[in-house]
Amino acid sequence: MILARVAGRITSTIHHPDMTGRKLLVLDKLDAQGQSTGAYVIAVDTVGAGAGETVIMLDEGNGARQILGVANMPVRSVVVGIVDQIPG
Amino acid sequence: MFLGRVIGHVVPAVVYEGMEGVPLLWVQPLDKHGEPEGKPFVCADSTRMAGPDEMVYWEASREAALTLEPSYVPVDHAVVGLVNDLQLDEKNGGDA
Repeated sequence: MILARVAGRITSTIHHPDMTGRKLLVLDKLDAQGQSTGAYVIAVDTVGAGAGETVIMLDEGNGARQILGVANMPVRSVVVGIVDQIPG
Repeated sequence: MFLGRVIGHVVPAVVYEGMEGVPLLWVQPLDKHGEPEGKPFVCADSTRMAGPDEMVYWEASREAALTLEPSYVPVDHAVVGLVNDLQLDEKNGGDA
């Protein structure tokens, strides 16, 4: 998993059927110090993350499909946790 | 998934089995602000509804093939959906 920060969201009405009702967040990828790496990704939210929050993102298809419980879902990136703090 | 913009169409004469009727688009990948970043690629459109200049979100590799039915097609980029609205939080460097 990687650290990321919620930078925004996208809304979509025309999409693959498995994406119906999914909240799609725009995430800035972070390095270990919490600084933006410049890269972004759009991920499915499973934890109710809000704008500006630091989150943990899983970027692996099989795990993403298991978490979302939908076989053959065309998703690789899912938010799996919200970070309280990064010690040190 | 990542953002992209439809910049054209590709019309094939012959396609691999399972790809019949699947529109193929030229997609320009975008950064989170919607500005072009990277090289355009040919992308299958699973929604079959993307029009010219539309902003889309796309997947790559296995997830791209999974947008289509049957999913054992030789596709490495595919549109997952069309973007209605992109909202960026101002404090985090977005300006929508």
